[in-house]
Amino acid sequence: MSQYLFYILSLLTAFSAMMVVFSRKPVYSVLYMIFCFFTIAGHYILLNAQFLAAVHVIVYSGAIMVLFLYVIMMLNLNKESEPHKSNIAKTAAVVSGGLLLMVLVSVFKSADGLAINPAFDSQIGMVEVLGMVLYEKYLLPFEVSALLFLTAMIGATMLGKKEGGAQS
Amino acid sequence: MEHNITRLPIESLMQLTNRSKVVVNKKMSFVERLYLPAILGGLMITFRHFFKKKATISYPEVQRDFSPVYRGQHVLKRDEQGRENCTACGLCAVACPAEAISMTASERKKGEEHLYREEKYASVYEINMLRCIFCGLCEEACPKEAIFLTDRIVSSDYQRNGFIYGKDQLVESTDPDKRVDIAGRLKAHRHQ
Amino acid sequence: MELNDLIFKIIFVIAVFAVSLLVAMYSTYAERKVAAFFQDRLGPNRAGPFGMLQPLADGIKMFMKEEIIPTNADKVLFVLGPSLAMMTACMTGVVIPWGSSLIIDGKEYVMQITDVNIGILYVFGVVSVGVYGIMIGGWASNNKFSLLGALRASSQMISYELAMGMSIVALVMMTGTLSVREIVESQPGGHWNVFVQPLGFLLFLICAFAETNRTPFDLPECETELVGGYHTEYSSMKLGFYLFAEYINMFISSAIIVCLFFGGYNFPFISELGLSHNMAAILGTVIFFAKVFFFIFFFMWIRWTIPRFRYDQLMRVGWKVLIPLAVVNIVLTAIYLMWKHDLWNTTLHVSQLNP
Repeated sequence: MSQYLFYILSLLTAFSAMMVVFSRKPVYSVLYMIFCFFTIAGHYILLNAQFLAAVHVIVYSGAIMVLFLYVIMMLNLNKESEPHKSNIAKTAAVVSGGLLLMVLVSVFKSADGLAINPAFDSQIGMVEVLGMVLYEKYLLPFEVSALLFLTAMIGATMLGKKEGGAQS
Repeated sequence: MEHNITRLPIESLMQLTNRSKVVVNKKMSFVERLYLPAILGGLMITFRHFFKKKATISYPEVQRDFSPVYRGQHVLKRDEQGRENCTACGLCAVACPAEAISMTASERKKGEEHLYREEKYASVYEINMLRCIFCGLCEEACPKEAIFLTDRIVSSDYQRNGFIYGKDQLVESTDPDKRVDIAGRLKAHRHQ
Repeated sequence: MELNDLIFKIIFVIAVFAVSLLVAMYSTYAERKVAAFFQDRLGPNRAGPFGMLQPLADGIKMFMKEEIIPTNADKVLFVLGPSLAMMTACMTGVVIPWGSSLIIDGKEYVMQITDVNIGILYVFGVVSVGVYGIMIGGWASNNKFSLLGALRASSQMISYELAMGMSIVALVMMTGTLSVREIVESQPGGHWNVFVQPLGFLLFLICAFAETNRTPFDLPECETELVGGYHTEYSSMKLGFYLFAEYINMFISSAIIVCLFFGGYNFPFISELGLSHNMAAILGTVIFFAKVFFFIFFFMWIRWTIPRFRYDQLMRVGWKVLIPLAVVNIVLTAIYLMWKHDLWNTTLHVSQLNP
């Protein structure tokens, strides 16, 4: 059962990810991307990582992609106004894409098989276990990343503020 | 030249109601800035209205009382013996500011004494209800107490020509039970 | 899963769906009646006794109306918008515990579609997806007023989602679980969370108003500025879907408020009545619905009392008032918990929490 679900989800993920690139309209690209995120959340649920799935949906599909969509709707991008790319840019894109493909292929070739890990703990994605791992084992990195976010937040607020005193 | 204008303080100006408030731009206190007490106050006001007597009148079942001097659709009265009062003098048409009334006068024939009170009568009497402004001047002008505005409402129609009311719609029935009651208007008319 | 379980689940899912739709349907009627009563009127009273058939008449009208898709609209997305709005509105009901449990033939059936152990996060996830229905619909209409309404809706919902999530964190710290059922069960009798988390409740309530786009936060459909907001171009049942989704959202958010802060199906003196398990469960469900209906009424009460915010005021309340207050609430709760469990000098281990 879950095997078939996995195949269906993977197919949908791959399809929507490709549609992000192939769609002519930017808004459709964003919508396919949102759909892609949902299928990834489905993969998390298949791995019994419900917390991760929920947070993924809330943060990526619910917040970040809304902002993406927001900007694209405001800019009203469409086919006609798409800027013409120069040949150098196209060549650079092909080369860097090819390099990325090479890296990926070599990584997957050197990986020691995609065998199922017998020591896999099905409870590892649960909230309690995740909390314990984050706050016990990886407390310092966790707190440091929190600080990083705080800095980013303050920086964004400062950038957004108008020069010479804020308006109320 | 120096104009000596004395400014009256606001309080001494004529006040129409005692509900007026002088607007001050003072800083709000902390409790006011919370807004929650004000919101609760507002909620209580609306909640009190929830149980108040409703102003709605469920129209077809309950009908609002008309004022005795209400001016609605016209009627051409008959006297006690069922004879038309109107003598086609044309004073109503002259008085009408909207020029809604038109009529054709005819002479009463032998044997029609039971239909018309005077020797002259209106063979055609039309009021265009779309032009009529229901001012009641026709009624005031009438020397014969023949035309009155009643508490009936002019019904709606899909065509314009349906609003030109002839004698068939204006003259009241000879049937004593179907007479139009104009007591209120008549009283007002006679006291003028 | 046994066949009995499966049948019960299927029936229960259909029942929850039907009840959501029914309540939403009669919410439209209640809204008009309540509005009328607050304004010293009678409200709809012609269709059926007391106008009870009014929602049916409205539904028939919606279906019979001409369906218009603007020429320059994006046809696929134009249809997708209201469908998404409706779908996300119906999805949230899954994790809500509608009652404790029924024992039939010695077998226990839990009156909840599924008890996800991250129930609250699921609700937040679905709510955050709900924005897309409005955004897509507003953009696909190819109308500037619709687009403005959609943008307002999305920025408003993202802003208030943050404050909403933060207001819940303190509650989750108190109860120590994300499952809605466990939160409900942690409030037996009259020990409701609203008494220990009054600030959290207030914040959550305000954010719930904003998330459902109800007055005073109904700027996305602000008639005076935006004609009809995001549904300006919509007609017939597609418009009906948008309006209906709003009422389902109202019902579901009332249910969540009741679950999180008002003890769900718990009520004082439940154990002293001496009822059998099934009777107590049914009574609990009835009480649950009574509480939910009170909150639906409260939503309407607020709507006909408080005027709409201005847009900058809305953003200021969200970012500068609600979020700091939520943080204060979290800190206060944390200090209280530290003091209560004397956690200053102890270290916790997994084994202590999961004995």
